[in-house]
Amino acid sequence: MLPWLGAPPLESPEDARLVDGCSVAVLGSGPAGSFFAYFLLEMAAHAGLRLQVDLYEPRDFSKAGAQGCNMCGGIISESLVQNLAAEGVNLPPAVVQRGIDSYVLHMDVGSVRIDTPLHEKRIGAIHRGSGPRDLSTARWESFDLHLQRRALARGARLIAGRVDAVDWSERRPWVRVRDGERKQYDLIAVAVGVNSTILPVFEALNLGYRRPKTTKTVIREYFLGEDVIAATLGTSMHVFLLDIPRLEFAAIIPKGDYVTMCLLGEDVDNALIEDFVGRREVVACMPPGWDAQARSCQCLPQMNIRGADMPLADRLVFVGDCGVTRLYKDGIGGAYRTAKAAARTAVFEGVSAAAFRRGYLPACRRIARDNDVGRIAFFLTRLVQRMRLARRAMYRTVVAEQSKAANARRLSGVLWDMFSGSAPYKDIFSRMLHPALMGALARSAAVSAVHSERPVPVEDKKS
Amino acid sequence: MSTGALGKVYEDGEILMRQGEAGDGMFVIQEGQVEIVVDAGGHSTRVRVAGEGEIIGEMAVFENVVHSATVRAMGRVRALTVDRRNFLRQINEDPSIAFRLVQTMSRRVRELSEEVVRLKRQS
Repeated sequence: MLPWLGAPPLESPEDARLVDGCSVAVLGSGPAGSFFAYFLLEMAAHAGLRLQVDLYEPRDFSKAGAQGCNMCGGIISESLVQNLAAEGVNLPPAVVQRGIDSYVLHMDVGSVRIDTPLHEKRIGAIHRGSGPRDLSTARWESFDLHLQRRALARGARLIAGRVDAVDWSERRPWVRVRDGERKQYDLIAVAVGVNSTILPVFEALNLGYRRPKTTKTVIREYFLGEDVIAATLGTSMHVFLLDIPRLEFAAIIPKGDYVTMCLLGEDVDNALIEDFVGRREVVACMPPGWDAQARSCQCLPQMNIRGADMPLADRLVFVGDCGVTRLYKDGIGGAYRTAKAAARTAVFEGVSAAAFRRGYLPACRRIARDNDVGRIAFFLTRLVQRMRLARRAMYRTVVAEQSKAANARRLSGVLWDMFSGSAPYKDIFSRMLHPALMGALARSAAVSAVHSERPVPVEDKKS
Repeated sequence: MSTGALGKVYEDGEILMRQGEAGDGMFVIQEGQVEIVVDAGGHSTRVRVAGEGEIIGEMAVFENVVHSATVRAMGRVRALTVDRRNFLRQINEDPSIAFRLVQTMSRRVRELSEEVVRLKRQS
């Protein structure tokens, strides 16, 4: 299976620069791979470089079900939507299935809707592939296909095959597609996610690369129909803070005709899923008569929760989930940031390990450090999940904030950014500890301790 | 409007940003056209028309000053706001994100230079 293993020779930075006519292999054409190819070719054009970029992708994203799916919740964060727009990459309604302008926080003590200050739809709900396996007619374009087409329009070439071996000879990396020929490249960008079987090949090269630490997630799709979704879930992402053992976070995301249910936690299994879908708070936000067993599809993909060791080597770089990404949220945003940092380094600094250490590693470390802060922030969220008084204090504070000016809604802003992945965790954590917010929560806790409250459903779930 | 249309919809004549008011971000036009109008000396002058994909209001991001013009929807317009804070944070991490903006500003300087030349010839 792995016929040509062997550690590559180290190169001096001067030797390893991309020049006219160099060729680059990108393994995987999910968001990380397509962003890398797109920005590499764009920056190369700015620098007056002509490169040949080959995108290796075995999946056909135009197909429904597992054949075209990359197993993901399918949210484009607020910050990524804005960054892409500023880059000239505007996401059309043919790709974005639903614009999200609010979220509804569901707890056992009540539900509350929180709108964006600008009442603007700046979060995009998409399907990575064409749609769930029971899809009959695709009404929206796959997000991964859309990005792939953008990369191809920039000049990348699609090779519909799975790379199953990598080797170094003549001071250059080579790849081999299953049942195909070997091909030499000047750079390989690995963008295969964490669920790929090619990662052990790179570990065996003894370059220091070690796969990211992962946890299992659950993604379920339910067909409800566009009108039913508009009348029930609306344009809100529904987030659940429920005291369910091993459950870290759960959300229901309305798409075009489907809704996506995402569960993150420790050792997520069927028992946990059944516990969640049977909860009163979950049933209440779905349409009357909803059958939790009538799902369109389900997958249990691995999710990166701690970045890879040494996501670089001479003429080799790992971008997106198989390298470093954001903790729990905004995985596509993490793919964008790492892919762009790697492309920038390759064009302007070189493709040696030294160049990637200088130009690419700082971007990975910034994300990893922010994830460390994120772990503390999620620990605090977990405490709230476990303590009913804390949940009541949080609920009371958020409800009271909705009548205030946008910049005075401190807790709503913190929760929005936590759940949508729109801001760095460091920024969210510092706002969490603001004395005014701590004071408001302490007051709400004191009031909640002396007043019993009945659960309150959200007043308006519609768009 | 489709369920997946991002941003906010402005009806014909609606103001996206008003001259003299503080700005906290810029707009990227997603659909439709807007006119950029400057009020000076009791007169309103249409400076230009901007369409799909164009960035407007970028001066407020970098100069932290009030808007120098009014932007009004011509027909139905969909526009996305890019927050000043988010954009500056991203520039700090990845300066290349400003490349397109610099290209836009460079093109506008060139257009203005051409306009100055044309006006000087007329006078």
